Amino acid sequence: MALIQQPRLELPENVVVGRLDALANWCRKNSLWPMPFATACCGIELMATGASKHDLARFGAEVFRFSPRQCDLMIVAGRVVMKMLPVLQRIWQQMHEPKWCISMGACASTGGVFDTYAVVQGIDRFIPVDMYVPGCPPRPEQLIQAIIDLQDKIQREGTISGREFDTAGRQLRKRALVEHAGVLSTDASRNPVLQRELAAAAESAVPRT
Amino acid sequence: MPFTPPPVDDVLARLCGRFGSLESSVFRGQTRVIVPAEASFDVLSFLKETGFDLLVDVTCVDYLEYRGARHRYGLVYLLASTATSQRLTVRVFVDDPRPAVRSVVPLWGAANWLEREVWDLFGIRFEGHPDLRRLVMPEEFTAHPLRKDYPLQGRGERHNFPVITRDHS
Amino acid sequence: MSIAPAEFGTTSAGPEAGVRSEDYLWTLNFGPQHPATHTTLRLVLKLDGERVVDAMPEMGYLHSGFEKIGEHLTFNQYVTVTDRMNYISPMANNVAWHHAVEALLGIQLTPRCTYIRTIIAELARISDHLLCNGAVGLDTGAFTFFLYGFYQREVIYDIFETLCGARFTNSYTRVGGASQDFTPLVIEKIRTFLRTFPKTLDDMERLLTRNRIFVDRTKGVGVLSREEAIDRGATGPVARASGVTRDLRKDEPYLAYADLDFKICCASAGDCYARYLVRMQEMRESLRIVAQALDNLPAGPVDVGIDQRVARPTKQQVYSTIEGTISHFELSMSNRGFEVPCEESYAAIEAPNGELGFYIVGDGGESAYRARCRPPSVLHFSIFPQLIRGHTLSDVVAVLGSLNIIAAELDR
Repeated sequence: MALIQQPRLELPENVVVGRLDALANWCRKNSLWPMPFATACCGIELMATGASKHDLARFGAEVFRFSPRQCDLMIVAGRVVMKMLPVLQRIWQQMHEPKWCISMGACASTGGVFDTYAVVQGIDRFIPVDMYVPGCPPRPEQLIQAIIDLQDKIQREGTISGREFDTAGRQLRKRALVEHAGVLSTDASRNPVLQRELAAAAESAVPRT
Repeated sequence: MPFTPPPVDDVLARLCGRFGSLESSVFRGQTRVIVPAEASFDVLSFLKETGFDLLVDVTCVDYLEYRGARHRYGLVYLLASTATSQRLTVRVFVDDPRPAVRSVVPLWGAANWLEREVWDLFGIRFEGHPDLRRLVMPEEFTAHPLRKDYPLQGRGERHNFPVITRDHS
Repeated sequence: MSIAPAEFGTTSAGPEAGVRSEDYLWTLNFGPQHPATHTTLRLVLKLDGERVVDAMPEMGYLHSGFEKIGEHLTFNQYVTVTDRMNYISPMANNVAWHHAVEALLGIQLTPRCTYIRTIIAELARISDHLLCNGAVGLDTGAFTFFLYGFYQREVIYDIFETLCGARFTNSYTRVGGASQDFTPLVIEKIRTFLRTFPKTLDDMERLLTRNRIFVDRTKGVGVLSREEAIDRGATGPVARASGVTRDLRKDEPYLAYADLDFKICCASAGDCYARYLVRMQEMRESLRIVAQALDNLPAGPVDVGIDQRVARPTKQQVYSTIEGTISHFELSMSNRGFEVPCEESYAAIEAPNGELGFYIVGDGGESAYRARCRPPSVLHFSIFPQLIRGHTLSDVVAVLGSLNIIAAELDR
């Protein structure tokens, strides 16, 4: 089967040989410790997911820890507003690698029904997100599915050295407000800070080849 | 049948006897009385002595786009009596450039945060307030978002944050 | 927010300059992301050892512009936003919003609709109190109690899902009616709930009400006097636990409450334990209300008639009568809609948390010119420093839990 002839190994019982990456992924995916960043309605569904009827413990991710130092999966449940976003970013930065983020619900993913002055229109503009859960709020089953999907993703893509997190070589500034010089992705016409940023971006723009 | 609150005619009569004739109206059983801004504190303090011991709410309406409005801001004091279940709405109108009214925190502790909220969202100053800071918006926010000339989507403040990518975190 | 040293009374002078007791105080930042705040609030505590000398509450971490968005959505659309206001009991918010809208428009509901709204508002009260008391239990170390409560919440979710298709954010009411009528299945599920829930409630009371640890942690903690409760605008269970016998269901009977027999639950101690007891007792009263309302549920339509021009006519009316067709057409056209007076009115209901009212300004258009929500949580949260002074750090969570502060309602 193997193209390269393997040297014959004498293995004692209960020893399995595997790729180190796969082994690490297997460990990581089955011991997700979520950090519940529950701000609003989705937080109640997050509680329901962990409570008796839906019982997240069946999927190996029930150890909710409220300290970011102990967690590797952040579940952002609920809308994030201007005053809260710095807190969210700080908590994300306090989490240890490897870490993942689930954006639970319409508000966290896109701002949802709250297209207002105070609500951040999707946390993925400001922090990296691995999994989006639709719904307002999502049913507990949807969140469980998202966690299972995330486990799949970790198993498929993960590496022991965390190469999958090294995005710098693979993409440009991912969720920048200004993706191409001169083309606005948001209405910056009345925001002096954005306008300064735009002007700076236009100056330093290098034409792509 | 919908419940009609107990009438407040006697209170109104005493109020007018004390402060001169005040404009009042009734809509769906709710009595509103319009008070000039200078007299608002005295009227509210009189009403508190009369028995309106519960300050239900302090809020404001920006009449910038309202048809036929004579003033820019209309403050609303909703009063209730825990003993008689009477309710009374006191309206105070103020205008730019310096909308201000005397704080009622000395009368009701409940007014403390409610007035801070009005200051935050409408920019009405409450003179004599012990701690007039923003309540819900960040301290560094400059606008008063519930004013009618402030757009619903804001002026881009919500996009104004640093971006953290995978490489930075 | 930065705390200036002067605010906490510290001095830069050395010990020889005379040390004040405040110099030993320790500042602890509690929240906005803390497990016991349940939602997003923040406290800056001034501690002397474990004793709380002072607390500075800070809010706004969930301010999402509800009142601003209320000026841009129609009266029926805005009900979806009220769901997300007090998300522990969305049905009560739906009822409160449309109660206020109907007060402004001057609409008289059908008897069946008043009973249906009464039933769902009381079910929402049960589910709110279950979560609130469950959270108090959770914070004081009684995790099992919380699970008991949450399981029963799931039953109520199930009833609401059968009723309107959404288990959590229901958006059930409409101007002049409701989106769905009660089906026999819903009634059967509510009856099953009425049968089974008292047993769980008994179990829950046996778990916690006389539990030594729980009583020690809550009794005498966070005492709110009657005078202070009125002065600070407290309403609902928080005020009733302090001896204020004010309940809008009795004082200003709305919906079907005037027809029903129920008691107002009050306590005089004003501490966390009293608030817990009031909530437990209110659940039993709510059960009685639901049972009576269900037994006397009037027949007839849920929505008001098409002559009032607010509720959508049924398909039958649209296809077989000219009035129905016209009414359907007018309600669908963006420039017709309701006849809204250029007036302002305030109407409130007794929500699970306290007096939840809306001050609505109409300007003739089909959305409110101003939709002010009178949130009970703001006033309750502003009392917090008075309640916690002199108690220990571990009491903070018990007091916070018993005030039942919901951040989305707090900040809107």
